[in-house]
Amino acid sequence: MKVSVVVNGQERSAEVEARLLLVHFLREKLRLTGTHVGCDTTSCGACTVLLDGTPVKSCTMFAVQADGREVTTVEGLAAAGTLSPIQEGFKEEHGLQCGFCTPGMLLASKALLEENPDPSEEEIRWALSGNLCRCTGYQNIVNAVQWTARKLQSDSATTGAS
Amino acid sequence: MTEEHTAERWLGRSVKRKEDDRFLQGRGNYVDDINLPGMLYMSVLRSPVAHARINSIDTSAAEALPGVVAVVTGELLAQHNLAWMPTLSGDTQAVLATDKVRMQGQEVACVVAEDPYVAHDALELIEVDYDPLPVVITPQQSLEPGAPVIRDDKEDKQDNRVYHWEAGDKEATDRAFEQADRVVSFDTFYPRCHPAPMETCGCVADVNPVTGKITIYMTSQAPHAHRTVFALVTGLPEHQIQIISPDLGGGFGNKVPVYPGYVVATAASLLIGRPVKWIEDRTGNLISTGFARDFYMNGELALNNDGKMLGLRVKMLSDQGYAYADAQPSKLRAGLFHIVTGSYDIPAAHVVTDGAYTNKAPGGVAYRCSFRVTEASFFIERLVQTAAYELGVDPVELRRKNFIQPEQFPYTSATGFVYDSGDYERALDKALEMLGYEDLKAEQAKARDEGKLLGIGVATFTEVVGAGPSKDYDILGLKMFDSAELRVHPTGKAILKIGVQTQGQGHETTFAQIVANELGIPPSDILVQHGDTDNTPYGLGTYASRSTPTAGAATAMVSRKLRDKARELAAHLLEVAPEDLEWAGDRFQVRGAPDRQTTIQEAAFAAYTNHPQGMEAGLEGVTYYDPPNMTYPFGAYAVAVEVDRGTGQWKVKRMVAVDDCGVRINPMIVEGQIMGGLTEGFAMAAMELITFDELGNCIGSNFSDYLIPTSWETPKFELGETTTPSPHHPIGAKGVGESATVGSPAAFVNAVVDALAHAGVRELQMPIGPDKVWQALVEAGLAE
Repeated sequence: MKVSVVVNGQERSAEVEARLLLVHFLREKLRLTGTHVGCDTTSCGACTVLLDGTPVKSCTMFAVQADGREVTTVEGLAAAGTLSPIQEGFKEEHGLQCGFCTPGMLLASKALLEENPDPSEEEIRWALSGNLCRCTGYQNIVNAVQWTARKLQSDSATTGAS
Repeated sequence: MTEEHTAERWLGRSVKRKEDDRFLQGRGNYVDDINLPGMLYMSVLRSPVAHARINSIDTSAAEALPGVVAVVTGELLAQHNLAWMPTLSGDTQAVLATDKVRMQGQEVACVVAEDPYVAHDALELIEVDYDPLPVVITPQQSLEPGAPVIRDDKEDKQDNRVYHWEAGDKEATDRAFEQADRVVSFDTFYPRCHPAPMETCGCVADVNPVTGKITIYMTSQAPHAHRTVFALVTGLPEHQIQIISPDLGGGFGNKVPVYPGYVVATAASLLIGRPVKWIEDRTGNLISTGFARDFYMNGELALNNDGKMLGLRVKMLSDQGYAYADAQPSKLRAGLFHIVTGSYDIPAAHVVTDGAYTNKAPGGVAYRCSFRVTEASFFIERLVQTAAYELGVDPVELRRKNFIQPEQFPYTSATGFVYDSGDYERALDKALEMLGYEDLKAEQAKARDEGKLLGIGVATFTEVVGAGPSKDYDILGLKMFDSAELRVHPTGKAILKIGVQTQGQGHETTFAQIVANELGIPPSDILVQHGDTDNTPYGLGTYASRSTPTAGAATAMVSRKLRDKARELAAHLLEVAPEDLEWAGDRFQVRGAPDRQTTIQEAAFAAYTNHPQGMEAGLEGVTYYDPPNMTYPFGAYAVAVEVDRGTGQWKVKRMVAVDDCGVRINPMIVEGQIMGGLTEGFAMAAMELITFDELGNCIGSNFSDYLIPTSWETPKFELGETTTPSPHHPIGAKGVGESATVGSPAAFVNAVVDALAHAGVRELQMPIGPDKVWQALVEAGLAE
């Protein structure tokens, strides 16, 4: 089957088996290996991408289900060599160690902040509860989201004032 | 420049991590990201049963499936003498089953195909005829007379005992117990759990059919040791084997053992002549790879009426699974479990340990356990709390009364460890102050009056890490030194190559800081390389909190070696004698004339452009560091929990962790290690469990059954520190990767038990779910 998906702003098409998972389409067909597979059972969230802006677990979707839709992966967060505010927040607050869950965490966090620019700690913990992490223990990840929320607010205040 | 010149300080500084940018941009390079031309994909058929004889394996239908290149069975491997392999504990483990399967999930056959989906499809087409055998699930069953012999592949093996090992002095301990006023006993089980790193195990094996060179990209915490094992297993020349451990998505000890998948993928690549990728699925990871714990422990503490500890007896029975496949020092059959005397000055101790085979996955030494220090620390900290209840004293005071005192270091324990340094009371005082212990105790009494349950739990642990001195510590005969090679280039930039391998600990940053501290070259000018056997000096790898104590020390020592040479170069440039120079952190200054100076970068340039006659050119070196002793990090953890009398649910109200890991190189990274470890400690105490039904079916084989805490359940942690440097480590560091998993489970359990202790509850077995608490509440008459 032919599938055509806008990935990180670029239209990408490929001939795929109907059973091909979206995560394998991204990793194997498009060689976007920032999206990881951690569990096979929709439990860990390492494969989280944004589908039309909403976080989904790409190991539990077929590529054909994304046909005609927009997907954002970690590679689409910022131009290569630069960091977007959420990526910067994770670095500042030591919100990553081995980096394997990080792409999923970043995308889930980005979606949260777009919907709720000033989340409480409880709201952050709830929004990230579909993403498992073994190394950092979450506290610094929560701090990273809070750091980013503050940064985005101060950036928009600066922009608003100018 | 004046005399006041002070170089930037790099120890104790939270430098942002050099490795972060690539991970944040999705540009990490994990094993599954590696894609070689012509690469094939391998999937593994696993046994559905725990113990059975294999009558036959029919692979014909699988082989006929379009896209399948080969199906590998044990029979095929046996023709190449590869059906069995050695484990890192000197036992053997099946690569692919030939005679029988000995655990659920055991590797039976592998399919190699052009496409990963086809490789999985073909597994369904393999027919295996099993003849079921009686299953042994616990080590107690296993050691009963007449139990089915699991390892009947071994000639003369008539039972299931793996080892019997003792430490300490039995007679002295017996005497101590005879003299004691009181004896308190405690019996517990530390259940099986699993490190479950977010990335499973896997490899890409690439055997070049022309040169014969074998390159294996592999999830390996110990690439050099693994290369040697590969050479020994296959008989292939070691210099033709290159193991590259790229970015690892966590390890926690899970990626120390050698797994059958690595061996079969390599054999397949060798036979087919194309690269072969094997990536384990999550179920494969949870049911077949290095688990943790599964220790049954009981013991007795002899005390005087005043609370002074006189002696300790501990018996331990370990469930090793079907092979003894820990990776632990070969002379120490139960790892470092005999550190069980903990932080206490106990004059006599005797420890008896036994290991037994069962029809379960092999392993045991994993999950931030420091070779069984987790189990030892858990046991003594639970026992001390129990003793305090029996004596009717505050558990904190009982600890305080028995701590090894600062002036007693170096302290030789009753089981033979020589503790390097410690100040246990200082850490405890700090934790209690942060927690507000006295106020909380008052609050607890008030809560009880009001019918509410509040528990306070403390654990004051001591670890032994940094294996280790080569006279006592080796794995398969490989001595546990470690190494560092440093090359300073003409422009003063450097490459450091180390024999250990990061799995998220931030070595690329902290090891650069060690060099920066010694040479004044900023970390941004230092590239740290690791995980590639062709390009790093030999070392035993990263586990058991050993990287900083061993390779970190080697890094400091090789930097000092180069600094000595830089002094000669600076003396040559400044035309003075070397002893007339003072080191100022990043440059040499002439004593009494500090304006005359040579920076480290200038000295490096001279090493390649203007070195004195008779001196060897270049500024490079390598150091193999054999630690004179282990290091002994310690800490005091304190937890307050609330228990719901209506549901049995418990909630962490406060959690304070004071750690003393000696000198901290990068406090941000150290705290990150502690936070992660506390989360895993909480996980063990509250929810993580690998268990089995009577047929040997693994319960806990996926993330729906094996519960890992999310951001929602995980409590907040408050961190504190004290600093007691290691006297024998070049920069005074001790290692910190496992402190929190060693110390925290007992603190959480002590807190939950404490909430119910006034009603006589003494033990709740991990993981403490609300069901167990509810049952205890009912039995104690506390349920609402």
